[in-house]
Order: sequence, then structure tokens, then C-alpha cells
Amino acid sequence: MANSSCSDVKVLGAWPSPFVMRVRIALNIKSVKYEFLEETIGSKSQLLLQSNPVYKKIPVLIHGGKSISESLIIVQYIDEVWSSGPSILPSDPYDRAIERFWAAYVDDKFFPSMQLINTAQGEEKAAKVEQVTEGLVLLEEAFQKSSKGKAFFGGDRIGFLDIALGPMLGWLRAIDKMGGVKLLDEVKTPGLVQWVESFCADGAVKGVIPDIEKLLEILEKMKGN
Amino acid sequence: MASQEVKLLGFWVSPFSIRVEWALKLKGVDYEYIEEDIFNKSSRLLELNPVHKKVPVLVHDGKVMAESFILLEYIDETWKQDPLLLPQDPYERSKARFWARVAEEKLLEYSFTAMCTHGEKKEQALKSAVEAAEKIEEEMKRNNKKFLGGESIGYLDLAMGWIAYWLPVWEEVGSMQIVDPSQFPATTAWSKRFLDHPVIKQNLPPRDKMLVYFHERRKILGGLV
Repeated sequence: MANSSCSDVKVLGAWPSPFVMRVRIALNIKSVKYEFLEETIGSKSQLLLQSNPVYKKIPVLIHGGKSISESLIIVQYIDEVWSSGPSILPSDPYDRAIERFWAAYVDDKFFPSMQLINTAQGEEKAAKVEQVTEGLVLLEEAFQKSSKGKAFFGGDRIGFLDIALGPMLGWLRAIDKMGGVKLLDEVKTPGLVQWVESFCADGAVKGVIPDIEKLLEILEKMKGN
Repeated sequence: MASQEVKLLGFWVSPFSIRVEWALKLKGVDYEYIEEDIFNKSSRLLELNPVHKKVPVLVHDGKVMAESFILLEYIDETWKQDPLLLPQDPYERSKARFWARVAEEKLLEYSFTAMCTHGEKKEQALKSAVEAAEKIEEEMKRNNKKFLGGESIGYLDLAMGWIAYWLPVWEEVGSMQIVDPSQFPATTAWSKRFLDHPVIKQNLPPRDKMLVYFHERRKILGGLV
């Protein structure tokens, strides 16, 4: 299974989506070659509608003709199929439960709180910033507990929770650079500040999360609209 | 097996905590059940689940975990005896996880909303609930086995079990119909088989109490939703 041909594995996505980034990072960790089918923003291809009829959303992984949707479900699938590669989830059931818990938190609470933060104004922006900061403080605590002094939530190597959170904070780092807010604060969340640098520099992540400059370009465009 | 301390914090009518009880009971795991008043949260609950302040919470040998779907996986990974809750094949596992999410995010959310609202809000929610039920019905038809887990109850049966017992109560309370037996034969047949299972049958909250409870909830939430 570790040497599937490139055409066997396809990822339907769009490069800016942090959910799509998760899938690509997971495939990179397993050294799986894949074909990246870029969806045009604003329209949904036939293939997308066919392979994810329930949610009609990216990312979708197509492996040997089978479609898998929902980024965290896809990442677990990747971990289980390419089991000879470096493992993404830890082996201990409790550690797995903790990583899954925080990954679900990222999706259900943290990511929604990030929405539209860079285009918000005044009081609304202040409220959003407070929410995101609270979330980051919780995640910092989780990081300190999980990493046990190592570089990543997963320890020495990137794991499931790193993959779940990394792309979100990759974006947050760019939002901070735009000015006006400082969400990733060295004083409040020193662990996460260091971690996001390590994460973005990792071999499996480089090239999936573009340089800050490219992310800033997109953010500027969004603000302009 | 050495004696292990397992505690479950739950709420008598919560489909989320009861699905975890079903899993523990199916596996024959002894546990101490602690009833929490979710409207008057104990300091114990707030301490054990500070992030979400919700039940269920599982404590195993001092290790604290939350989020019912995550707990189902933890239970399956820790107590490896039959019934095996998750399928062995990674693609089947991804499907089980996916449909559990669909049932929770779409059918459950919209059904509950439809129960609590009226007028146009109710119509919208009802329509969305029926759409979700139709997709699930297709999956039920495709499954074609005794349970979604195969010959024995599995993860997806436990995840969707609320459909068999809570949904009819909500339909009654909300004076609405979502799963019409004539339109949803596969779901209806599965529901009957599910409720007939000896472990499930003995672990359901009393229907008359549920009706009273949800009528109250409808009154209270009807103003807010």
C-alpha cells in the first residue's frame, strides 16, 4: 500500500483551505504521492459534487476510486491505510482520546471563533479577539501537557493534533502580521508561538502552508472586498 | 482483568451519555454511574470538563476524557473484547465516523430545532431534517445487514441509536413527522432491531418522563431558538 501510484490518490481541494492543508500534510508524512485537483473558489466541480454529495465541501480524498470526506476523518484514514509510515495518532488510547478531543475543539469552537476576524471592526473585532485569545490560552495549556517539553503536541514528530491545529495557526500568524492585533502572544502563549514556527518549518508542511507573504496577499484581498 | 476504576458522569435523558453507557454495557465493563444535574452543574463536572462543562465524562483509572464519539473509540480501543465497535477496514471506519457526524450535525441538530420552534423557522428546520434523514435512509438501505456494525451492534449503531428512541419522542413533542415509516422503511426496520437488542432495551430512559422533559425544554427554548 505504501507505493500506490500517483493516480491512485487524489486530493480535491484549494490551497488556502486549512482543512485541505491537513490532508496534504498527512500524505506528506506518509510520503504518499498524490494528484492535487484544485477546485475553483466560487464553483464546485462535478467530481466534488459526486464524491461528497452530503456536504459538497473540500477536502475530499479519492483513493482507488473510494471517496473520503471531512479532513480529520481523512487524516485518520491516511494514518490507518499507510500504517507502515510514521504514525500520526499516538498508540496509547488515552493519548488518542486527548488529541481527538482537542482536534474536535479546534473544529467546533476555535476555528469558528477565528472567522472573519481580520475583516471585523471596532467592538465586534474586540469581542472576536477576546474569544480567540481565550481559545489560544486553552490550547497553550494543552500543548504544555501534551508535548512534555518536546517540539510538537505529538512529541518529537508532528502528530494528529499538530496537523489539526497547525494550518489554523499558520493563518493566524499571517493575520497577526497584518497589524492591529496580536493573537499569538509570546507572553500568553509562548509554547504555541514557538510551536507554530517549528510546525511551518517542518518538511511535511513546507510547501503546503505557503510563506507568510502569500497568505498576506490573500488576506489583503479579503479585506479589500 | 485487574480491577479498574471506571466512572461515567451522565444525565439520565442525554442521548450522548447513554450511548457511552451502551458501549460499556455491551463490552461488559463495570462502571460507576454518576448522575449530573446539567442545569445545576456540580463543581466536580466543571473540574473534570472545564472546556465544555458537559456530560458525558469518562474517568478511567484517573484519566479524564470527554466527547461521546471520542469515548466510544476509547472504549473500543481499551476493552478489545467483542463486540468490536469500529470496523476493521480503514475505509469502513471512515464511513462509520462520517455518517455518525452527519447524523449528529444534521439530523439531530435540525430535528431538535424543529421540535423547539414554530412557523417558518420550524418549516426550515423540518425540511433540513428530512433531507438528512433521506441521506441516512439511503445508507441504511445500502447496509443491508442486521445492524450498521454488521451482525453485531457497532459504533455507528450506537452513534445513531438516538434516532430509534429520542427522535420519535421529539416528533411527538414537536407535533411533527420526520421519519415517516412508509418513506423510511430501512431506518424504521433498523430502529426496531436496535431497540430489540437486550442490552439496549434495558438501558433506555422512561418514555413518559422523556415526554415531560422535552415538553419543558420546548417551552423554555422555544423563546430563544
